[in-house]
Amino acid sequence: MSETESPQRRIGVYICHCGGNISDYVDVERVREAISADPDVVVGKTTLFACADGTQHEMIDDIHAEGLDGLVVASCSPKLHTTTFRGVSTRADLNPYAYTQVNIREQDSWAHTDDHEGATQKAIALVQAGIAKTRLSLPLEPLRVETVPATMVVGGGITGLRTAIGLADIGIAVTIVEREAEVGGWVGRLGPMFPHNASGRDQISQLMAEIARRPTITVLTNAELVGKTGSFGNYTAKVKLRTETTEELRQFQVGTFVIATGADVYSPEVGELGYGIDGVVTIHEFGALVDAAQGSGSLTWQGRKVRSVAYVYCVGNRQVGGNEYCSKFCCAATVHASIKVADLDPSIRQFHLHRDVRAYGKYELMYTESRERGSVYMRYPDDALPSIEQMPDKRLAVTVTDALTSQDEITLPVDLVVLVTGMVPRDNDDLTTLLKLPTGDDGFYNEIHPKLRPVETVVDGVLIAGACQGPKPATEAVSGGLAAVTQSAGILKKGFAELDPLVATVTESLCTGCGDCLTTCPYDAISSYVCDEGQKASIAAASCKGCGGCVPVCPEDAIDLLGYTSAQMMAAIDGLSVKEPVA
Amino acid sequence: MSDHGGTGEPMPRILVFSTNNISDPGIDLAGSRHLHYPATVSVLAVPCSSGIKPAWILHALETGQDGVFIASDGEECAYLPDCAERTASIVTQAQALMAEKGLEPQRLKMAAVCSVCAEPFANYMREFAAALNELGPRPVPVG
Repeated sequence: MSETESPQRRIGVYICHCGGNISDYVDVERVREAISADPDVVVGKTTLFACADGTQHEMIDDIHAEGLDGLVVASCSPKLHTTTFRGVSTRADLNPYAYTQVNIREQDSWAHTDDHEGATQKAIALVQAGIAKTRLSLPLEPLRVETVPATMVVGGGITGLRTAIGLADIGIAVTIVEREAEVGGWVGRLGPMFPHNASGRDQISQLMAEIARRPTITVLTNAELVGKTGSFGNYTAKVKLRTETTEELRQFQVGTFVIATGADVYSPEVGELGYGIDGVVTIHEFGALVDAAQGSGSLTWQGRKVRSVAYVYCVGNRQVGGNEYCSKFCCAATVHASIKVADLDPSIRQFHLHRDVRAYGKYELMYTESRERGSVYMRYPDDALPSIEQMPDKRLAVTVTDALTSQDEITLPVDLVVLVTGMVPRDNDDLTTLLKLPTGDDGFYNEIHPKLRPVETVVDGVLIAGACQGPKPATEAVSGGLAAVTQSAGILKKGFAELDPLVATVTESLCTGCGDCLTTCPYDAISSYVCDEGQKASIAAASCKGCGGCVPVCPEDAIDLLGYTSAQMMAAIDGLSVKEPVA
Repeated sequence: MSDHGGTGEPMPRILVFSTNNISDPGIDLAGSRHLHYPATVSVLAVPCSSGIKPAWILHALETGQDGVFIASDGEECAYLPDCAERTASIVTQAQALMAEKGLEPQRLKMAAVCSVCAEPFANYMREFAAALNELGPRPVPVG
């Protein structure tokens, strides 16, 4: 596009010193002079700190006084202040998408501290490119989409159930989709749990009673989410319902999803720390044994009274090259189990072979109680796992080095060995692929930000909560579920959502209906329609993620990504090549 | 070519296409760590390297850039699972256009640059600048 075709714009350009971070290496005054030669630059200023309150006010005043219709700030990385200056634009009634941030700090002054002349020329070129982008910017409005006040909760464990109640209580309809025949998950199979001895089974029953009182919650068991179409705030979810003989597909309209699929328990390999030998059990198997003993009043294994137990901590967790994470719940669960055992029979000898006892927060009190009631805690070295062998009398010999007292090995004869196994991610490949959920190296789902956006994912409207995000005790899992309630409400309660308008568009007059673009979008944003001139492509703005992947696919150059149109990119490239005017 | 490197050695002009969420933060980090690369390298960011048009690459080479470098998303792309293949296909198409204009295919390079790939990026730039220097000045466009 030649300059004469460009409409006359009134652009304000601010070049930041960043208190010397930029101006120590870039001659900002020369940059200002160079770009002020552009006839569309009505205001060209340097400023000590562009982001300072005073400067922001000055920009707003300039926009009003000079009737500016475009803004360029040359300062730091767009990651830091795009939102700031879009806000300045909005406050000055200037379309925020007429703003361009030019990075002359991270990508100029700081990278070329050894070349002041080069950095200055580069700054001029970058600012010219930024002005070119703003010159051709179109006023854009955030996309407004209607939202459906309904959420699908995937997973009917303690997290999913509590989440559903929270959602129902703020007026959002809920469908719980549980893959198993019964809700409740792992917690639903547990007896008394730490810290207050409330039974897992009872807590699930309580939640189910609450759910029964709320007609806006639908619980589906033997059910799996198998399809998701539509766009942000208004999805069609396909659920497969199984009976022994039939399969049925049902559709639900939902605004958001909360994924609360939980975790699995680590299953030791046969031979791993003696697993497979009679009397070597996991903490989950041991828990069931202790709960069963509550009735009889005596802890037995294979008909024999149990007189001594050794717990081996961190099995399948905190392993270099394996599951490197800590599962967080297992120390507290084991300490709690030892108190239950002491309640049953205080004469049972209990040895805890650990690598650190992470009974954190209030769980520390259980740890103190466990020790006061006779449990012996010994730290084994990270590189010397205990070994377990069966003795001729069928009892077990546990050989361990106590890292804190002596380097000598000691052998403990015990009746039971409990392997304290942690959590592993569930095998949910189909769901992960369907929702395009990002997983970490550990196989658990990843949130956008652990502190600031702890239950949101990069997939719009899909929230995660509980142990599917990473190992954690039920307490923390439920907190995550309630955070997901808040996020769902934030999206759905307004009745509409606003999306970034930087999406792909088709210029109808250029589209020849060749269909090349139709299969290129994995988000199904591109479809075709028939008009008087034949078939044309169209892009659903609410489904478009704004990647621009369809743009180069079009042989007719009919697709443009707003904010990065071909005209803008070509002009920016031209801007980079414009030489500094000779004074 | 520009010779303001101070050494008298001409520095080739390089346009880098970066991606907003992945390679641009990596390039930012190179600056934050004050890793030096030629100041004749300029960066334009786009959302995803699969959205770069071959025509933009050709235009850059015809308006004063000596080389174009695509700092692609590679396997990390949050948008497109086949981003690496798509970007590679854009490179192939652009090189075909370049061949028509008598531009050497070596003037276009692509490499995945991750969000913490500061050092690799600075190295890529130094190597690419050296390779372009070896290639010599751009052929003068005909017509």
